Amino acid sequence: MIRLRRFLHGFFRRWTAPLGLAIFLLVLGMALSAPYVFPDDPFAMVTRPLLWPGESRAYLLGSDMLGRDILAGIFHGARVSLAIGGAATAAALGVGVLIGALAGYYGGLLDDALMRGTEAFQTIPPFVFVIVVVVIARPSIASIVAAIALVSWPAVARLVRGEFMALRHREFVQGCRAVGMGDVRIIFRQILPNALAPIIVTASIMVATAILTESALAFLGLGDANVMSWGSMIGAGREMLRTEWYLTAIPGLAILLTVLALNLIGEGLNDALNPKLRDR
Amino acid sequence: MLARPGLTRFLARRLAQVVPTVLLIVVVNFLVLHLTPGDIVDVLAGEAGAATPEYVAMLRQRFGLDRPLSVQLASYVWGVATGDLGFSFRHNTTVARLMLERLPATLILMGTSLALAVTLGVVCGVTAARHVNRPADGAIAVLVLLSYATPTFWIGLMLIVLFSVKLGWLPTGGMMTIGVDLSVPRRVLDVAQHLVLPAASLALFYAAIYTRLMRASMLEVAGQDYVRTARAKGISEARVTYGHALRNALLPLVTVVGVQVGSLLGGSVLVESVFGWPGLGRLAFEAIQQRDYNLLLGILLMSSLLVIAINLVVDLLYALLDPRIELR
Repeated sequence: MIRLRRFLHGFFRRWTAPLGLAIFLLVLGMALSAPYVFPDDPFAMVTRPLLWPGESRAYLLGSDMLGRDILAGIFHGARVSLAIGGAATAAALGVGVLIGALAGYYGGLLDDALMRGTEAFQTIPPFVFVIVVVVIARPSIASIVAAIALVSWPAVARLVRGEFMALRHREFVQGCRAVGMGDVRIIFRQILPNALAPIIVTASIMVATAILTESALAFLGLGDANVMSWGSMIGAGREMLRTEWYLTAIPGLAILLTVLALNLIGEGLNDALNPKLRDR
Repeated sequence: MLARPGLTRFLARRLAQVVPTVLLIVVVNFLVLHLTPGDIVDVLAGEAGAATPEYVAMLRQRFGLDRPLSVQLASYVWGVATGDLGFSFRHNTTVARLMLERLPATLILMGTSLALAVTLGVVCGVTAARHVNRPADGAIAVLVLLSYATPTFWIGLMLIVLFSVKLGWLPTGGMMTIGVDLSVPRRVLDVAQHLVLPAASLALFYAAIYTRLMRASMLEVAGQDYVRTARAKGISEARVTYGHALRNALLPLVTVVGVQVGSLLGGSVLVESVFGWPGLGRLAFEAIQQRDYNLLLGILLMSSLLVIAINLVVDLLYALLDPRIELR
C-alpha cells in the first residue's frame, strides 16, 4: 500500500503525466469504441467529398476527397496505431528481456555473441530495415508488427543485460543461490522484478516510437491496405496539400497527441519509479 | 592534440576490425534478400503482363540469377572486395555510379540537418541547464516534448503548407530550380533555399533528443569539483559554462550522434520522399519496391560504412575533447 501511494505520488507530482494519461485514455476510448460509434466501414463514401471541418454538423472533422468521414477514420486509425504499437512492443520486450537476461546473468560466449550481433545490427539504418522486411513479407499488420519488433528488441536486450550484470552479484542473489534456488527462478522471480522499473519506462517510449514508425510506413504506402491508418490518411491527403491541407493536418495531430501522451506517461513513470533521479 | 604516438596503431587496429564486420553485413544482407521469394525478374515479368516461362528463364540467365546461391554470393563478395558493386538492371547502369550520383544530395541534407540539430541541441540544452527549473527551462521542455512527438514526414508537409503555399517564401520540393542557368553563387543560394525545409524537418526530432541530453549532462557536470574550482577562481559564469563545463558535457552528445547516424539515414528516406530530394534515401526506397537487390545491397553497404566511419570520427573526437581518454 505504501509503495502504491508512493508510486501514485511520484506519478501525479507534476501535471504533465496526468495530462498524458488523460490523452492516452481518450485515444484508447476512441480505439475501443470505434466499431460502436462508427459501425460503418471507414472506407465507405458517406457524404459529399471535401467538406471542411465544421462545415457540416454530422461530419465534425469534414470528409476527404472520396467523401469518407474523417472523424470515423481517426477513430478506426486509433485502433490500428495502438494495436500495432502495443503488439510490437510486447514482442520486442519478450525477446529482448529473455536474451538480455540470459546474456547478463550468464555472461561469457552468449554475451559476446549478443553484443557483437547488436553492434553489427546498429550499422543498418533501422527504418530502412523495417521497410525491407515489410516489402518482402508483403505489408500486413502482422508483418509490420514483426518488422518493428525486429529492430526494437536489441535496445531492450542491452538495457536488461546491463541491469542483470549490475544485480547478479548482489547479496540477495547470492542468498538465493545459497539456499539452492535454481537459475530460472533466480532470473525471473528474483532479479527481473528488481530490474522492472527501467523496462517499464522504456516500454512506454517504445510504444510511442512504434506508432511513429507505423505511421511513416503507412504514409509511404506500406501500411496494411485493409485497415484505416493515420499514416495512410496523411499519405492520401498529401495529394491535395495545396488546397485541402486539413486532410493532412488532422491525422498528423492525432499521431502527435498520442505519441506526446505516451512520452508524458513515460516521464511520469520514470519520476514515480526512480525517485532518486527526480530532481534532475 | 591528435598527433600522438598511438594514433597510427589505433587506426590500423580499427580498420582491421572493420573488415570482418563489413563482411558479416554483406553476407547477411545478401542472404536475407536472396532467400526471400520474389526477385527482379518476377517484378519485370509482372510489369510486362504475360511473360512466357522461356522469357523469364532467359532474363534469369542474363542477370546471373540461375546460378546456385553460393556461387552468386561468392561472386558478389569478390565483386565488393574488388570495388565492383554490380549492375542495376532497373536503371541500366552500375550501382557504384548510381550511388555516387545520389550521394552528394544525401550528404548535404544529412550534414546540414545534423549541424542544425547539434547547434540547436547544444544552445537549448545549455540554456535550459543554466535556467534549471525556471520559465526558460520549462518553455524549452515543452518545445522538446512537442518536437519529439512530431512525425518527421508530417512536419515536412505542414512546413510546405505554411512556408511554400501560404507565404510563398520557399520552394515546395526538389533540390534546385530546373531549367534555368545560374551562376555558381546564385546556384548555391538556390540549393540553400531548397534545403531549408527538408533540413529543418529532419533536424527537429534530433534537436529535441540532443537538447534533453545536453541539459542532463550540463547539470551533471555542473556539480563537479573542477567547475566549482573554476567558479571559486572568480571566472565569469559564461566562461565557466562555455569554457569549462561544456567541453566535458559534450561527450555523451558525441556518442549519441555517432549511434544515430543510421537512424538519420532512415529519416532521410521520409524527408526525401516528402520534398522530392534526389538522394540515397529515395533511391533505397525505390530499390526496395522494385526489388533491385544489387542497388539495395550497395546502399545498405554504403550506409553501414558511413556509420562505421562516423563512429571512428566519434572516437577521435572523444580523444580531442578529453585528452585523458586513450585511443584503443
